[in-house]
Amino acid sequence: MNWIVRNLWLIPALPLFAAGISALAKQKNRALAAGLAIGSMGISFLLALCAFAHVLVLRSSGQATQQVFNFPWFQFGNDWLSLGWVLNPLTAVMLVMVTFVGLLIFIFSVGYMEHDENFTRFFCFLALFASAMLGVIISNSLLLLFMCWEIVGLTSYLLIGFWYFKPSAAAAAKKAFITTRIGDLPFFLGIVWLYSQTGTLLFYNNGAGCLEPTAITHLLSQTTAIGVCVATGIALLIFCGAIGKSGQFPLHVWLPDAMEGPTPVSALIHAATMVAAGVFLVARVYPLMSAHNGIAGMLTTSTALQAVTWIGAITALFGSLVAVAQFDIKRILAYSTVSQLGYMMMGLGVGGVAVGMFHLITHAFFKALLFLGAGSIIHGCSGEQDIRRMGGIRKLMPITFLTYGIAMLALCGFPLFSGFWSKDEILHAAHHWNISQAPYYMGAFAALLTAFYMTRQVFYVFAGSSRLTEEVTDASHAAAHTDAHAADHHHGSSAIHESPAVMTVPLALLSVFALLLGFFGTPAWPWFQSFLDDSPLAVNFGAFGEGGILPVMLISSVIVFLGLGLGWWFYGRKPIESAVAPDAVGKLSPPIFTVLGHAFYFDAFYGATFIRLNTLLSKISDWLDRWVWSGAVKTITSLVFGFAHLDNFLDTNVVNSGFDEGCEGVSLSGQILSRLQAGRVQGYLKIVAGALIVFTIVLLWKAKI
Amino acid sequence: MNSFPWLTILTAVPLVGALAVLALGVRNKAFVRWTALAFSAISLIITLILWHSFNSTADGFQFQELHAWIPSLNVSYRVGIDGLGLLMLLLTAIVVPIGMLASWQIEQRVPLYFALVLMLQTCLVGTFTALNFFHWFIFWELALIPAFFLVRLWGGSGSAKAAMQFLVYTMVGSVAMLLSFLAIFLATKTFDFTELAAMAQNGTLMPAVVAKLGWHLLTPEHVALVIFFGAFLGFAVKVPLFPFHTWLPSTYSEAPSGTTILLTGAMSKMGVYGFLRILLPIFNPEMQKVLNLLLWLAVATVVLSAYTALAQKDLKRIFAYSSINHLGYCLLAIFAVAKFTGGDAALTTQKFAAMNGVFLQMFNHGLTAATLFWFIAMLEKRTGGVRGLDDFGGLRKVIPVFTGLMGIALFSSLGLPGLNGFIGEFLIFKGSFPLVTWATSLSVIGLLITAIFILGVIQRVFSGPLKEKWAQLPDLTLGERLALVPVIGLMFALGLYPQLILGVVNHTAIQMAIHLRNF
Repeated sequence: MNWIVRNLWLIPALPLFAAGISALAKQKNRALAAGLAIGSMGISFLLALCAFAHVLVLRSSGQATQQVFNFPWFQFGNDWLSLGWVLNPLTAVMLVMVTFVGLLIFIFSVGYMEHDENFTRFFCFLALFASAMLGVIISNSLLLLFMCWEIVGLTSYLLIGFWYFKPSAAAAAKKAFITTRIGDLPFFLGIVWLYSQTGTLLFYNNGAGCLEPTAITHLLSQTTAIGVCVATGIALLIFCGAIGKSGQFPLHVWLPDAMEGPTPVSALIHAATMVAAGVFLVARVYPLMSAHNGIAGMLTTSTALQAVTWIGAITALFGSLVAVAQFDIKRILAYSTVSQLGYMMMGLGVGGVAVGMFHLITHAFFKALLFLGAGSIIHGCSGEQDIRRMGGIRKLMPITFLTYGIAMLALCGFPLFSGFWSKDEILHAAHHWNISQAPYYMGAFAALLTAFYMTRQVFYVFAGSSRLTEEVTDASHAAAHTDAHAADHHHGSSAIHESPAVMTVPLALLSVFALLLGFFGTPAWPWFQSFLDDSPLAVNFGAFGEGGILPVMLISSVIVFLGLGLGWWFYGRKPIESAVAPDAVGKLSPPIFTVLGHAFYFDAFYGATFIRLNTLLSKISDWLDRWVWSGAVKTITSLVFGFAHLDNFLDTNVVNSGFDEGCEGVSLSGQILSRLQAGRVQGYLKIVAGALIVFTIVLLWKAKI
Repeated sequence: MNSFPWLTILTAVPLVGALAVLALGVRNKAFVRWTALAFSAISLIITLILWHSFNSTADGFQFQELHAWIPSLNVSYRVGIDGLGLLMLLLTAIVVPIGMLASWQIEQRVPLYFALVLMLQTCLVGTFTALNFFHWFIFWELALIPAFFLVRLWGGSGSAKAAMQFLVYTMVGSVAMLLSFLAIFLATKTFDFTELAAMAQNGTLMPAVVAKLGWHLLTPEHVALVIFFGAFLGFAVKVPLFPFHTWLPSTYSEAPSGTTILLTGAMSKMGVYGFLRILLPIFNPEMQKVLNLLLWLAVATVVLSAYTALAQKDLKRIFAYSSINHLGYCLLAIFAVAKFTGGDAALTTQKFAAMNGVFLQMFNHGLTAATLFWFIAMLEKRTGGVRGLDDFGGLRKVIPVFTGLMGIALFSSLGLPGLNGFIGEFLIFKGSFPLVTWATSLSVIGLLITAIFILGVIQRVFSGPLKEKWAQLPDLTLGERLALVPVIGLMFALGLYPQLILGVVNHTAIQMAIHLRNF
């Protein structure tokens, strides 16, 4: 076995080591913490490239591209529970993406977090996150994946709540952890169910793994009491975990609030990597997700994948609708992320692993770039996040503007940018889906909205002149969301400045990928798809003409231009003059705009239902505990004592006539107690002993000894 | 048959320590504390020797000692340990020093306090090693006395009532249990656990008891059930199982934190231990008849106690209910295992998992709960006893190290993978899910609510703006940090490598599950 396969564990272990060291370091060891985190991530990146190269070599030499390394962890009963890691194309692609994007964001953070007093802690958490995320990627065991998955959730919690002194940050962190845990618990049940059915949690183990044909066939042959195929039941439970982690409808509510964290965290965790873990999970267990009892062939879609598709389509549309009506630069991007994650899920559902994963990878680059760009803007504007108060930044921050523009066009799906290829592939697959056309139309409409809300944001932020000194009257969107970054970062409010090189260089690097990455997966040269699917690859420009690819491409291009045009019509034609002027689209129908602005009032709805129910249940439990259970027991106790008092006279009679050896415990207690002061205790003990003796007498008498 | 009397020595060491501490008198408090700690350290060392020389693949009990004691009653002094007993000894040996360290600030009647703690340790060791009901029961009952006085004399303002409630409750349970065993003894003339289990297994135990008692008002089945219920009550109160738990929150919160550590870390395990050692092997046929009820009681224990914890405002009450919740998982798994007898190989594998999970959960809960109450003790020391959920805010700013380390303990309690709590819960759910699917699925709610109240504690105590009042709160001292290192280290060690414990207890878990299979 190759060296890199045996030592794949080093990739997550190195950041873990860095996190461990900087956890013990003092706050003032800033260079140490940042150096360790960046250094370990750099080495991990190199190792990830080695792993990638290894898979490429295997592929070119025609060998199996999947290699696993399993080891026993602990024993219970006659079995050992094994863990392991797997190197295959999916692992390799994700490893390179996460280490590379992670490395760039780490470097960016050195500049962004420069003034923060908990700088050392920040890099500790970031490194721990990277370690857990890389663990999720290499796991060859659903249990190990789940463990890393939970630690990813922990680091997300720690980083969202990084500015812990802000009550809103603390609340957002808790909300994120709880909401994702709601999804994780069905996931957990899915794991134990899968384990009890297949007897293993290893994905691949020379034919004995839970994703290999033997196990899948077994799962398909079983039916639960309610008539659902076991494979479907388990797949849906596991998908619940993905819904939570990837901010899918209806568990999306935590992701916008997660923007309370520092912006590099939003870029790394809540845009590029962690939120994509749910998509990755579905891709990883795809053999289980796609297992169905129908006739083998392309025309049947499993129930689980149908669920994935519908959830994805709903989320894609929902996120883009809401993003239209946001004013916080990061919240727009957050809802955009929700929407794009929906796209990925939809892609997995309608097109398979390669389709969903391709969008995951391209999105990681351009969305990280957007967030870092937003971070750079927020940094330059001394913490301002309200787009109504920005404006005119194009001239003041040219590099940021350029890179942001590239990322924005990639996200919109502007022809030839990376997002164009990956999004188009999803729409194309949705167009050919055999179940329904609805996801295609939902996706296409979401694409229109995406182009529109990004244009709106860009005009607000970069065009016109600065409105930074103006006050915003709309309280709901005002300074409440202001990045705590401003608290210890004092610039004059008008002194908007371009960010230092440590921040702009990562932006430039990311924008190259946002621009070019799509060419690895065009219909003419579908390298990415063939790499993941392990299928042959050839350059074929004729592919555009086949299977209706070109019409779908044309339609989506028209959609993008339409979205951009509408955006310009509303926000670009006339410069936005004042921070207090009503939104151009909002004017059309204020009630609808308000509903969208509040994200369809999901938070309020959950607050009024689930959270209230939960509070009510806890109050009822507490009340029952205080009054009912406790009261019942007290009543019984009084009755027992009453009985004992009545028969107290037996006490003296029986004690003298000697009582059973078995009472020794109680009597001994009594003696010791009487030696040690305590007045009332002695009395009670006597009563208990008396009751005991009465019972014993009855017992002996009945037993006719 | 008799080995070197390690277990008797282990039982005696704390008792000697208690006498020594009392003899030292009140003059030099520091010396008393250190002496007591030294004796608990000796116990820990002996336990580690046992752990090291224990044969983890041998059947039956090890380090056995058997001496005739009261021949007329067929009572003998028989002690021995299997993997479960050994694990409980280790837990006791770890929890007692934690309890002592958390009681360092106690200034009143210091010798008596530490003597009582050591006495309690003797009783715990006796309970976990006795194999004959007679002296097992003596230790079981005697343990109440030091516990009672620790709560009563050093507790908070409501301690008199709480201590009385605790005593009466557990006493009633014990009396019921004693009566049941007396009935059994009258019929079988033996108190020996192994003999009784063997009789239960070949189905002769209850018929003999019923024949002997001959209560004509009740059918034989009902008589057997009454006998079972008596024994059950004693353990159910101790663990506690819903709805026999109402003594616990007030006792845990009124007791000094050092004592709460002993109560939750070690004494609560006496109940679970009793379920495993006594109820499951001896009363299995009777248990079968009420098992569905018991299962739903376990689910109620898990879910309701978590919800009740969510409504509490006192840190100690929160973790008191959390303790009930965590041990509820143990009971769920025990009842799940008891539900299916017979030799189905697939179900047996699940039972192995559940049994191992119970063992691990017992140890991990003891470790984590003890550590959490230790942190509360350290907090109380700094705040002069203030420990309300709403009294704090933003403490992370002034006591970052305290926050970080307590955070680790809190996430261990939450069941975060990588820390000790996770694998026990995983094995419990893994084993119980195929055995009792719906009960297990419902219990998952407990995991969610636990997360909510634990994160609530972090949010309200450590996050948010700092309250001016606590601006001068001192962080952990060097001594405290050093004392915490081994405990926190153990949490990580067990989280990353649970084989440390499972390797030792697995064989016992297999034996217990196989014993049940033969009913």
